[in-house]
Amino acid sequence: MSEIFAASVSILFHGLAFAMVLYLISVGLSVTMGLMGFVNLAHGVFAMFGGYAATTLMSVYGVPFPLALAAAVVLVAAASVVCERVLYRRLYGGAELDQVLMTIGLVFMAAASAKYFWGPLAQPFQPPEILRGQIDLGFREFPTYRSFLILCGAVLVTALWLGLDRTVFGAKIRAAVDNLRMAQAVGINTSRLFTLSFALGSGLAALGGGLGAEILPIYPGYPTDYLVDFLIVVSVGGLGSIRGPFFAALLLGVSDTAFKYLLPELGSFFIYALTLALLMWRPRGLVGPS
Amino acid sequence: MNRNGVSGTGVTISEAAKQAAARRMEIFARRHRFKIVEVVPWVVALAVFFAFPNYLALGAQILATVLYALSLDLVLGYAGIVTLGHAAFFGTGAYAAGLMAAHGMGEPFLGLAVAALAAAAVGFVTGSIILRTHGLPLLMQTLMVATMLYELANKANSITGGADGLQGMAVKPVFGLFRFDLYGRTAYLYCLGVLFVGWLVVRRIVHSPFGRSLTGIRENEARMHAIGTPVFRRRLTAYSISAALAGIAGALVAQTTQFVAVDALGFERSGNILIMLLLGGIGRLYGGFIGVPLYMIAQDRFAEIDPVYWYFWIGLLLVLVVMFARGGALGVAERLMRRRDAGQ
Repeated sequence: MSEIFAASVSILFHGLAFAMVLYLISVGLSVTMGLMGFVNLAHGVFAMFGGYAATTLMSVYGVPFPLALAAAVVLVAAASVVCERVLYRRLYGGAELDQVLMTIGLVFMAAASAKYFWGPLAQPFQPPEILRGQIDLGFREFPTYRSFLILCGAVLVTALWLGLDRTVFGAKIRAAVDNLRMAQAVGINTSRLFTLSFALGSGLAALGGGLGAEILPIYPGYPTDYLVDFLIVVSVGGLGSIRGPFFAALLLGVSDTAFKYLLPELGSFFIYALTLALLMWRPRGLVGPS
Repeated sequence: MNRNGVSGTGVTISEAAKQAAARRMEIFARRHRFKIVEVVPWVVALAVFFAFPNYLALGAQILATVLYALSLDLVLGYAGIVTLGHAAFFGTGAYAAGLMAAHGMGEPFLGLAVAALAAAAVGFVTGSIILRTHGLPLLMQTLMVATMLYELANKANSITGGADGLQGMAVKPVFGLFRFDLYGRTAYLYCLGVLFVGWLVVRRIVHSPFGRSLTGIRENEARMHAIGTPVFRRRLTAYSISAALAGIAGALVAQTTQFVAVDALGFERSGNILIMLLLGGIGRLYGGFIGVPLYMIAQDRFAEIDPVYWYFWIGLLLVLVVMFARGGALGVAERLMRRRDAGQ
């Protein structure tokens, strides 16, 4: 009995840590897709470059962990503004297919550049001294870094949700997701809103990429290999929703960990089947209007 | 001219407008007739057979991939279903033909038929589930279907050979006469013949009333629904036919290379064909005939030297084509022709 309990606690714990990383990376994608109606397959690129920036700053230049993360977020957010202004903007409201192909092009270029500058292998990731090893939480020990991830995720999720509910910026985003034309009519500068929310989403992805480098290793295949996971979180969670993807990430994170633990042979198969079933049941996601 | 095309409502219709309408009608009525330009790809393909005897193995792969692009064009360019999982059907066909040949049933045309049936069945079953949605959920579901099949093929080691690929295929001679030789001569002509038949079928479909209704659904689904078109059934039929053709393309590749890798179901197989079709031009029937050879020959030349750069340049090309050259090579050619006509 205690073995089953211990296994479930492990699954929940690691699933939760994975879910936090997934959520941080994907939440921006949900906003891009829901707000701008843009099918963005290149979102993982921002997470990957966030991860590269953070790991490189730490291992090559000896920058402390929090500072490296902050720098990664700022760099990636700035780069994403350029992308949004030069590339994405031209395809808003355009054909889905054009958006898909343009972003696949970006993924190819990013993966090739990553391989060119950093090589094909995964980046070494060393958390700072105090976050290594195990931590005793009273009834059993847990890996410190993953506990830190869960804590970080919880703080960020709370901040994000409060920000969206309580600030003017959040209200503008919610208004624009609900009804873009009406939002424009009441005088919201949606063009600036798009750029800002795109930058925020990419910045969060970069943070997720940097923080999560231990769970999702940073290597050139990153934007393609994890794309399915990010898309599952967003489409199951509901486009344009901020809360939906969190529950989807929890579902995916915990069930993925559970399947890998209990049924390593066919684990991912069940995840995809589950996603398919969920999308049939609610095509607009768990939280979106049915 | 008024909307119904009925004169006598008191409005005088100018002669020029009448003539323009008559010309449009005539173009419309003649669309399906064979034009002299349409001979070009086949003449080129035959010329290649005699001119480049050392490249026929690559040539056969290109021809099979053109058929794959043609199947995608039917579903994407005409029916307007954006799919990221077309490899599901390519791979199903490849494994069907591969397993047949590996178990002593290596008759090539039988393999093609079984591959087409298997892929059409997968297309029909998955299509009847996923085609009820649109937009991103549909895109996701096509991706999920292909990824699930990939996982299955990857894990079913005892049947498919898993990550090592399916080996031990023995394909019998075509018509019992022509063995698949080392130089790819038989393979080339075999693929060319199958592609020709596939092209006739697709060409007939897109010019038929059924094909017109697909275009209508792509352009305005609500309106087609309103005038009584069974939208879901039409989409499902197109999806299944396209799946069958993609399955035949997969079977051709399996039979001519005597090997099936699990990549046949992979994301790259779905993504690259989209790119090749985009480069040639989507929804124009001949996009694949231009895009596929361009892409595959360039890949053969450059990717050997350095695959990393190759993907960088392909990515850049994709972004540029989407931004500045809508409709790919054929779209650009059309615009140039129109400009020339307008200039006269």
